[in-house]
Amino acid sequence: MSKIDQIMAEVEAHLKDGVLQVKEWKEEGKPVVGTYCTFAPWELITAAGAIPATLCARGEEPIAAAEEHLPRNLCPLIKSSYGYALTDKCPYFHFCDMVIVESTCDGKKKMYELLEKMKPVHLMMLPQTAQGEGARAIWRDELDRLRSRLEESFSVSITDQEISRRIELRNRERRALRSLWELSRMDPPAITGKEQYMISEYCEFHFHKEELVPWLEKVVSDIKVAYDQGERRVDGKAPRILITGCPLGGAQKVIHAVEDSGGVIVCYENCGGVKEQGFLVDEDRPPMEALTDKYLNIGCSVMTPNKSRMDNLRTLMEEYKVDGVVEVVLQACHTYAVETYEVRELVRSTGRPYLSIETDYSKSDVGQISTRISAFLEMI
Amino acid sequence: MIAIGIDMGSVGTKTVFFDGKVVDSHLEPTGWNPAEAGRKSVEYLLDKNNITKSQIGPIVATGYGRKSLAIAEKSVTEITCHARGAYFLDNQIRTILDIGGQDSKVIRLDQSGNVVDFMMNDKCAAGTGRFLQVMANLLEYSIEELGAIPIEGEIQSISSMCTVFAESEVVSHLAKGVRKEAVALGLLDSVAVRASSMLARIGIAPGLAFTGGVSRCSSLVSMIHAHTGQNVKTYPQSQFAGALGAALISHDMI
Repeated sequence: MSKIDQIMAEVEAHLKDGVLQVKEWKEEGKPVVGTYCTFAPWELITAAGAIPATLCARGEEPIAAAEEHLPRNLCPLIKSSYGYALTDKCPYFHFCDMVIVESTCDGKKKMYELLEKMKPVHLMMLPQTAQGEGARAIWRDELDRLRSRLEESFSVSITDQEISRRIELRNRERRALRSLWELSRMDPPAITGKEQYMISEYCEFHFHKEELVPWLEKVVSDIKVAYDQGERRVDGKAPRILITGCPLGGAQKVIHAVEDSGGVIVCYENCGGVKEQGFLVDEDRPPMEALTDKYLNIGCSVMTPNKSRMDNLRTLMEEYKVDGVVEVVLQACHTYAVETYEVRELVRSTGRPYLSIETDYSKSDVGQISTRISAFLEMI
Repeated sequence: MIAIGIDMGSVGTKTVFFDGKVVDSHLEPTGWNPAEAGRKSVEYLLDKNNITKSQIGPIVATGYGRKSLAIAEKSVTEITCHARGAYFLDNQIRTILDIGGQDSKVIRLDQSGNVVDFMMNDKCAAGTGRFLQVMANLLEYSIEELGAIPIEGEIQSISSMCTVFAESEVVSHLAKGVRKEAVALGLLDSVAVRASSMLARIGIAPGLAFTGGVSRCSSLVSMIHAHTGQNVKTYPQSQFAGALGAALISHDMI
């Protein structure tokens, strides 16, 4: 077994440890905060002494139950999130004391109104644009409001000093994750896109970051050493694919289709991928100001205009030596669906091929997706 | 050496033997067992042309059943194979519309026949051969008879693209006494509109070929010409374009 095989086996064996960590945390009488989206400011939640846990939204199973309350023609991620909460099948939802949500897309914000019947919900009013002083001022106030709500709910006082400490820790994790993604800048990439995805999943659900971050830094450096010593896991001829669009958690069939048909995913420009780690929180500025700018500038399609996503995509295509772009749009996600036009134009203007896949969480289109992606790879 | 390409479609399995030119081709109903249809087709053509197994090159499979064919050395998607095959039939082709039994697709080629873009229909029978087959059965037409209806006649437009809903819409028009030719033209027109809009989305480069089993329906060909304003080329062998493309890839491997 090679060094990288060992690392992957270790990661796979501990993928579900997060549930235990949260359970133990709760048993010690400490708070847990559920989140859905990368807009939730991790640094504030942890500064309040709580674990921020990403709530379940990736499975197809609870969708039928969700459809008893929600319309069928709604994005599967929203239905799945709600279904897990409703059926109490998500351990993180079960253990959490409150849920932090944001006014992102229309479907989510209306679903959150219903969620309030099950748990205390704190809604952050996210402006619809990252441009202008007005929008920034709203988001700055929203961070203050969240800070007070957390202090009140958990009877703590959150100091600026503690927030700064959390910013440093999270930035260190972001840098480590970024160096994990950057393993794919190598040619051929040091590990497959599936492996990267699994490691990033593991990190997302490892809540003790003081332990996790040094481990991750070591893993990345071990992988680099193995690569330098000649270990190759990816065929040098495999087309290098960037994936963009909606969150992939429930649509991992696309990842499999790309890598099982001979391609390799070198970059994920999705919520869980390099997008979040692209920009650090500025440690030299007052913490609340720095957090405001960091989170407001996430290139999400709910923002209008969403210039930062396009700028970021342009850079990533170069940095990761991308041969082709596959965009994944979940059914009924209007904002990402409309943006496909601009993404397509951008990608093609660089001379690269582009493929858009619309899908849901079911297995019914696995065959079609595999054919489209294989044809796309044959074209490159 | 004889190169072999097999296109395992949802309705028909098409096989082409090729040695620099087409040696022979065969169409076999796919039935419930695509792998068996593929195997039988090869045996049939070997037998018919007095070719022994030692004379054949690698078998290349395409079509939806491509991965189930154990005797195939390689599987290639129908997009790539249709492009290769159609370009071989006519190297002036730059845009392909293929309507098969289970899906429809459009493919754009560059001057050397490489695929530069493609688009496939959604996971649904709308606008495919299956749609026309269901409707033809309902109206008691063969596909050839459907193709022979003059398109100048009165058209009863059909608004449902869903095979199931369109069926009930057709039944209700017939019950109201609408002529069956008018209903048939409405159905064909709905397929033509859908195909033309897919072509418009990808952008038609002149040199438009219509392939796949449904291209035998000549009234539909005229309608697509009317909607796109482009000359639509069809080829007697166009149902075999995918298999021919696979055979060409097999030939490259020899």
